[in-house]
Amino acid sequence: MAEKAQTTEKMMHIFFFCIASASITILFLIMIFLFKEGLPIFKTVSVKAFIFGEYWYPTSDPADFGIFPLIVASLTVTVFSALISIPLGVMTAVYLAEIASQKVGEIVKPVVELLAALPSVVIGFFGMVLVAPFLQRIFDIPTGLNLFNASLMLAFMAVPTICSISEDAIHSVPVALKEASMALGATHFETIIKVIVPASISGICTAIILGMSRAVGETMVVLMVAGGAAMVPESVFDPVRPMPASIAAEMGEAPIGSDHYYALFATGIVLFIFTLVFNIVADYIANKYRQVGEASL
Amino acid sequence: METTNPEYFENKAETTTDRAVPKVKGNETEKDITETAAARTRGRRKIMQSIFFFLFRGAAAVNGIALFIIIFFLLKNGLSAISWTFLTQPPMDSMTSGGIFPCIVGTLCLGIGAIIAALPVGVASGIYLNEYARPGLMLRILRLGISNLAGVPSVVFGLFGLAFFCIILKMGVSILAGALTLATLTLPVIIGSTEEALKSVPDTYREASLALGATKWQTIYRVVLPAAMPGILTGAILGLSRAAGETAPIMFTGAVFFAPGKWPSSLLDSVMALPYHIYVLATAGTEIEKTRPLQYGTAIVLIALVLGINLGALIWRSRLRKRLK
Repeated sequence: MAEKAQTTEKMMHIFFFCIASASITILFLIMIFLFKEGLPIFKTVSVKAFIFGEYWYPTSDPADFGIFPLIVASLTVTVFSALISIPLGVMTAVYLAEIASQKVGEIVKPVVELLAALPSVVIGFFGMVLVAPFLQRIFDIPTGLNLFNASLMLAFMAVPTICSISEDAIHSVPVALKEASMALGATHFETIIKVIVPASISGICTAIILGMSRAVGETMVVLMVAGGAAMVPESVFDPVRPMPASIAAEMGEAPIGSDHYYALFATGIVLFIFTLVFNIVADYIANKYRQVGEASL
Repeated sequence: METTNPEYFENKAETTTDRAVPKVKGNETEKDITETAAARTRGRRKIMQSIFFFLFRGAAAVNGIALFIIIFFLLKNGLSAISWTFLTQPPMDSMTSGGIFPCIVGTLCLGIGAIIAALPVGVASGIYLNEYARPGLMLRILRLGISNLAGVPSVVFGLFGLAFFCIILKMGVSILAGALTLATLTLPVIIGSTEEALKSVPDTYREASLALGATKWQTIYRVVLPAAMPGILTGAILGLSRAAGETAPIMFTGAVFFAPGKWPSSLLDSVMALPYHIYVLATAGTEIEKTRPLQYGTAIVLIALVLGINLGALIWRSRLRKRLK
């Protein structure tokens, strides 16, 4: 009887382990299929020409498959959105964790969560029909669908990520540290800047990297708002075509098994590697510099 | 400490050598000066604090304002489009009039399908991670895998779904392929909330059950899972709302611009979906300006659906919690 129970236990353990490996299996499947469908393009173009090629004309004859403008577009959009979302997200997190009274916090927190719950296509739609004409009028530019608009919209998608993870990090700072600082005569603000933020900096960094990773991979917003011109931007008001936008816009028209189809999967590989690196770095920071009590400060 | 402080010596020297100076008066002015200086810096520090706290408040307010503006403008421009016909009729006159009923049905099919596929796997993964797994390399790798899966861009899920479900498994552009693609995307969400829910079950429950002679599995099944159920279900519903709002993964796997009829007839049918409908009408339709009200209306329905599901989840959780207590 006892032996039978033990066998059942063993079986259960193995069963759950197998299912828990599903995520990693899926991750591997994603990689395998991206490579399987993406690598054939390198029979036509070299890796170097693909990544550093300046012209993306996949449907002309002969076709040009250079995703350099797309990579630059993805990076600039991400950097500009980070310039907005990092201060906004971190400051909101500090406000929620340290300054807001419980009552106000109970209003602000759901607002941030609702912002996170808005579907990306709705934010893209908003940027397209309301922000774009507004920008066009204010700055007197040919099109409101551009790098700046996309960065602005992406920023508001990254803020909830940055804010909620940073807030958790700030909450996990031991109260003793804060009390010690206040007892030495520091003001609340000085305590926040010199004690609380440094103590939670690894969590805040993780939050920022994950927020940026979300911005790099976000599709619908850049598809609808970034303007779609596959060229290296010269100003913030130039239209751009980040990688996800290119994939999403062209996949429907690319015949399965064509060079264009392979090229889009190869773009997917590059995008996947970008976010993978972001996530691994975030995970590394989160684990390496994890704050455990006061001891490691 | 004191011996290395130069000020300490200076003060001491002063008090011992300057005997000739009227001591009381000198000391008093010195004290006054330091006190006013201290007061001044304290004032400056207070002002700094007020300025920065104002900025922090401003940052928090910006989020609220952004949300308000988005919702306000969508409602202002789209409420007039919402009507009973809009909600219950299929599109007519090549999309320029009529309703979005098939899109609502399609979105629900895809979202619920995704949850049906992702929930068992997600919950079981969560159970393994929180109840069975021992700290070590294996657990580290599993967690890294999950967090990376959560970080994969949605369009890459779309590519994967297209290559794997649609082409290799020969599902074509269908509800099944779309729902499975969405399931892979919601899996990390469900694992995360399951783990969270399991963590919030006190260890005393487990210990009490084990002490009564129950095996580990019996403990999990009879004690831990029921206690964690509200959290797990909330996670599932939040996953559903996430899946319902996603566009990029279903663009090539499940959603199409137009599907005839009100209801899909099988799992291998392709469907219309709210998010994709908004995108197509706003960018690729032949009469973008003419369908503008429809676009606003669809956006409102999508937001209402997603936020409604979220709200429902929260209410349901608080009810379940009360009942379980």
